[in-house]
Amino acid sequence: PPSSPCPGDTSVLAGLYGPAEAKLSKELPDRAALEVLLRPKVGLPGVLERSREQLLRQTCEAVVLGVLHPRTAITLVLQVLSDAGSLLSCCLNAACMGLLDAGLPLSSLFCGVTCALDPDGTIVLDPTTRQEQEARAVLSFAIDSRERKVLMATTKGSCSMEEMQQCLAAAQRAADTIFQFYRDSVRRRYSKS
Amino acid sequence: LSICFRTVEPLEYYRRFLKENCRPDGRELGEFRATTCFFSSGSITTADGSALVKLGNTTVICGVKAELAAPAADSANKGYIVPNVELPSLCSERFRSGPPGEEAQAASQFIADVIENSQMIVKEDLCIANGKLAWVLYCDIICLDYDGNLLDASVFALLAALKNVQLPSVTINEETGLSEVNLKQKTPLIIRKHPVATSFAIFDDTLLIVDPTGEEEDLATGTVTIVTDEEGRLCSVHKPGGSPLTGAKLQDCITRAITRHKEVKKLIDKVIKSITPK
Repeated sequence: PPSSPCPGDTSVLAGLYGPAEAKLSKELPDRAALEVLLRPKVGLPGVLERSREQLLRQTCEAVVLGVLHPRTAITLVLQVLSDAGSLLSCCLNAACMGLLDAGLPLSSLFCGVTCALDPDGTIVLDPTTRQEQEARAVLSFAIDSRERKVLMATTKGSCSMEEMQQCLAAAQRAADTIFQFYRDSVRRRYSKS
Repeated sequence: LSICFRTVEPLEYYRRFLKENCRPDGRELGEFRATTCFFSSGSITTADGSALVKLGNTTVICGVKAELAAPAADSANKGYIVPNVELPSLCSERFRSGPPGEEAQAASQFIADVIENSQMIVKEDLCIANGKLAWVLYCDIICLDYDGNLLDASVFALLAALKNVQLPSVTINEETGLSEVNLKQKTPLIIRKHPVATSFAIFDDTLLIVDPTGEEEDLATGTVTIVTDEEGRLCSVHKPGGSPLTGAKLQDCITRAITRHKEVKKLIDKVIKSITPK
């Protein structure tokens, strides 16, 4: 089943398939094999998509209780519909909502937050493409829902240690809003049926 | 007998050591393997710059070749740096021959990001004639022996190889418009920043060990790589999923990375001084 959250104008469609039977070459004897496919809006997937797929896959592997479904395959397909900045955190949010929607057993939820550091030091959350380009550094975090710990971190541009800690704190605060959004969406979906 | 235990229950075997705050190969949790670095005089003679780096058993060689090309239309004063990480099947049984796998592609992207983020080579320095001619640096990083911690070794090899590059001087003949390369006159590349990567493996959601070997990487529940430059600024924090970490633990990693940077910088300076002709 597909799901698509969108901060601003960035939107990503997530489709989750599984746990299904895995090919012999890909199956793992003690856990589910997770695969992530990221398709850009235009063009063929390249090295950047592969590296993002690795980030998303390892983040999802950390929360999905794969040991409950050994020798199966879980495939997550993400299609970028439009990109207006903060693409990686949109993909993370889409992935988590997809996992929720599919009803897979998870140890915690996670959400993606992107922070951009302006040349003068102000922190901008969920930057647009323009803000990302003008920023000195862009940091993306995946925050987990249990204790607001960092599941995934990736940075672009350079920043000091203190600035990174400040961005992390801001991201952890912003995570609360996103988790509330998850809660509201799920409530809306199940209250109708 | 311990070898049987190690094969059958590797995680339990490791846990026994980690409880005593040390690892099976005798290192402390925060200790790196012996790092050695060899420069161009022994490595690749056909490349413009090269270096071989060994981090314990992990061996990575980097060759840099410089070619000429026309700059892109929208950035007429910028050259190109194209890194490529290859994990051939000879370095480990986990890699098959064929198109680059996910790990190689993710590593290539990581190296490209490190070069970009740290600004170690400013692309404007690679430009020879605005809009007409610029250098393209093809950096090929090939792993010869994979025993964990590929990213640290690759970044170190890249840095060492780039420090070794000697670019011939190029002039554009006014009349014919063609470029003339003077191989006799060589200038070294201008390297502005020296990024150094430090990788950690997370065990059982709590313990952090530095410089994981191949076996430790397989058993770990997550990895973190921090790239710092000489001013203590963070060029990259790369934590691709895995167990969650608190901000404080991340802070510890960063402090350790800064200390490691100083050690590596000293090593590079020592090796360069030893090969510079007097």
